[in-house]
Amino acid sequence: MNVIKIDKKTWTEGIGRLQGFYRLIGPVKDGDFYQFKALEKGESPDFSMLNTRLSPKSIIYPQSEVMFEYSLDETRDDCHVIKEIQVEYSPQVVFGIRPCDAKAFLLVQRNFETPEYKDPYWIRLYETTALIGLACNTPCSTCFCVDAGSGPFNDAGLDILLIDAGEYYYARVNTAKGEKILKDSGWSEETETKDAELAIENLKQAAENRITARISTDRLKEKGVPDLFNAPFWEDVAFACINCGTCTYVCPTCWCFDIQDEVRGTDGVRMRNWDSCMYPLFTLHGSGHNPRDAKTKRLRQRFMHKLKYYVDKYNDGIQCVGCGRCINLCPVNIDIRKICEAMNGFEPEQKSI
Amino acid sequence: MENPYLPYPVRIDEIITETEDKNLKTYKLVFLNTDDEEKFIFQAGQFAELSIAGQGEIPIGIASSPSEKGFLKFTVNKVGRVTTHLHNMTVGDIMGVRGPLGNYYPWDRMEGKNVVIIGGGFAFTTLRSSIIYMLHPKNRSRFKDIHVIYGARTPGMLLYRDELTEWEKRDDIYMHITVDATDDPDWKYHIGFVPTITDQKAPEGNADTYAIVCGPPIMIKFTQPVLDKLKYSHENIIMSLEMRMKCGIGICGRCNIGTEYVCKDGPVFTLDQLNRMPKEY
Ligand SMILES: Cc1cc2nc3c(=O)[nH]c(=O)nc-3n(C[C@H](O)[C@H](O)[C@H](O)COP(=O)(O)OP(=O)(O)OC[C@H]3O[C@@H](n4cnc5c(N)ncnc54)[C@H](O)[C@@H]3O)c2cc1C
Ligand code: SF4
Ligand code: SF4
Ligand code: FES
Repeated sequence: MNVIKIDKKTWTEGIGRLQGFYRLIGPVKDGDFYQFKALEKGESPDFSMLNTRLSPKSIIYPQSEVMFEYSLDETRDDCHVIKEIQVEYSPQVVFGIRPCDAKAFLLVQRNFETPEYKDPYWIRLYETTALIGLACNTPCSTCFCVDAGSGPFNDAGLDILLIDAGEYYYARVNTAKGEKILKDSGWSEETETKDAELAIENLKQAAENRITARISTDRLKEKGVPDLFNAPFWEDVAFACINCGTCTYVCPTCWCFDIQDEVRGTDGVRMRNWDSCMYPLFTLHGSGHNPRDAKTKRLRQRFMHKLKYYVDKYNDGIQCVGCGRCINLCPVNIDIRKICEAMNGFEPEQKSI
Repeated sequence: MENPYLPYPVRIDEIITETEDKNLKTYKLVFLNTDDEEKFIFQAGQFAELSIAGQGEIPIGIASSPSEKGFLKFTVNKVGRVTTHLHNMTVGDIMGVRGPLGNYYPWDRMEGKNVVIIGGGFAFTTLRSSIIYMLHPKNRSRFKDIHVIYGARTPGMLLYRDELTEWEKRDDIYMHITVDATDDPDWKYHIGFVPTITDQKAPEGNADTYAIVCGPPIMIKFTQPVLDKLKYSHENIIMSLEMRMKCGIGICGRCNIGTEYVCKDGPVFTLDQLNRMPKEY
């Protein structure tokens, strides 16, 4: 892992050069908020953001994505046969992704790339994308990334981590993909070592000290699923929830989707679209029966999944990277940190089984 | 990269209306490409996604047996969008099948044991697959006694009536067919609910006896105390669950009960496993 120093004066030039090789994506300001967007020629990623309102998950996992196509034209031989679509996957580079959001891809990967089944759509986009992170010198007040297993300077899932050090960026290169990008950019390849690591360490300490939001997750594993499932606090927690689904749509680690057919004339496609466990339709059977027929049950599913089922299944922390989006954007101030505290500290009066 | 969402193209070869209300039809499907058929290796208890261009996909239990070659069979109840469309399709139409999906009845564990099949209503599909499988000359000796307790509201609502009659005639399977009620004077079999007939006809539970129970929730609810009374251990009671599904491969996140995805870790669970899972199905 080597560190390179990039003079900010050469920054735009390098971005321009990279545009010749890759499709570039970066945060840009859109109204009052920032969002990830493909960068036009001459456009630079805007690093003045704290973070984007929506997570960058849609770069690898679009909110709507065509899976297959078919024709319903009875005069054609292949009528009604469902076929793969041809898509070009050209290499793309994402600039300015925050370490929490990059780590989120590693969590989501567990879902899309399993020993039994590989989701080709997610995997192809993930493999053709390089992630260049931007360390958080000033984390927001709702971030709890460190307790969630990430951190403002965490390299996990990143090809390169950029650290803003005033006049220049330090670039910590983690992968061969990252090295190639630096080479293509033409930025100085002057390697920094001791001094750079020290400067980075100081910035990291300062950033971590700014994180005041804390959660404890250490006892989630030892709790019983039925105990937490039947805990009395869910009604209270869910009381104000309007099941709007915002928390799931903005979350970098929520991965659920729906599959739908859409037809125009005789041409049809099968699509997948993000879905949300907060909606009654998510689990409604054709018979009318719905195992999650009340909002409390749906809210419980979201948090049980992130803070218990995932923990039990993968034995590697929670399904949350602490980005704080769901806390900031929930219209009724439902706070995953409080729910995590309640779950982690829960002692049933009587064990369920 | 293999695409697990891509269905195999199939042609509808035959459609049989099963029940007097015409709400249940059995579809015999033939693969368009023989290669695909060879890849579709399944066990009794698994399901597949039936895929109709322009309509969508539905998870349906495989009603044919692995020992029946050259086709797949599915019995479909008409309830909503896709099933209604399917009911309007005709022989020769092209559609898709994706699978096989999910786990299956524990055939290894049941080898050398008694198997008691308890089914109600139209949840008899994968049970048909299982019976045909066990009765196959190559397999029959691998199992001890086979009992089948199967009930429907009326005689006209029983699935696979011709086969039921054939099985009745055999001496290597004990059939206990029942209906809730009937005014048919020629009705030769039982009258009464499945739990009652189970109580009267099912053998006592022991380490060598397994019960596979599939049916509407109400039937399951009242059958369980009967099996408890007959001393079936919960490890030996096998059930198949239903959940709304899309991907069928544990990725879309829709069908979980606790940590388990019914589509991939199920749909078959022992009652012992279910006891330890949240009651959310
Ligand atoms: C493992 C398994 C095996 C099944 N086996 C059979 C069978 O052998 N015969 C049979 O008639 N039915 C079976 N079902 C139920 C069947 O899948 C639903 O009745 C069917 O999906 C309803 O689709 P629809 O489009 O007509 O209904 P709509 O209500 O219009 O549903 C829209 C979509 O929601 C999903 N969906 C709705 N209800 C269910 C449900 N109960 N289970 C799963 N997905 C659902 C499907 O993707 C469906 O296309 C099985 C379900 C499961 C999970
Ligand atoms: S954002 Fe808040 S109100 Fe909306 S579904 Fe999530 S928890 Fe409920
Ligand atoms: S659950 Fe909330 S804090 Fe955690 S990753 Fe998702 S949006 Fe961020
Ligand atoms: S149907 Fe998608 S996870 Fe089970």
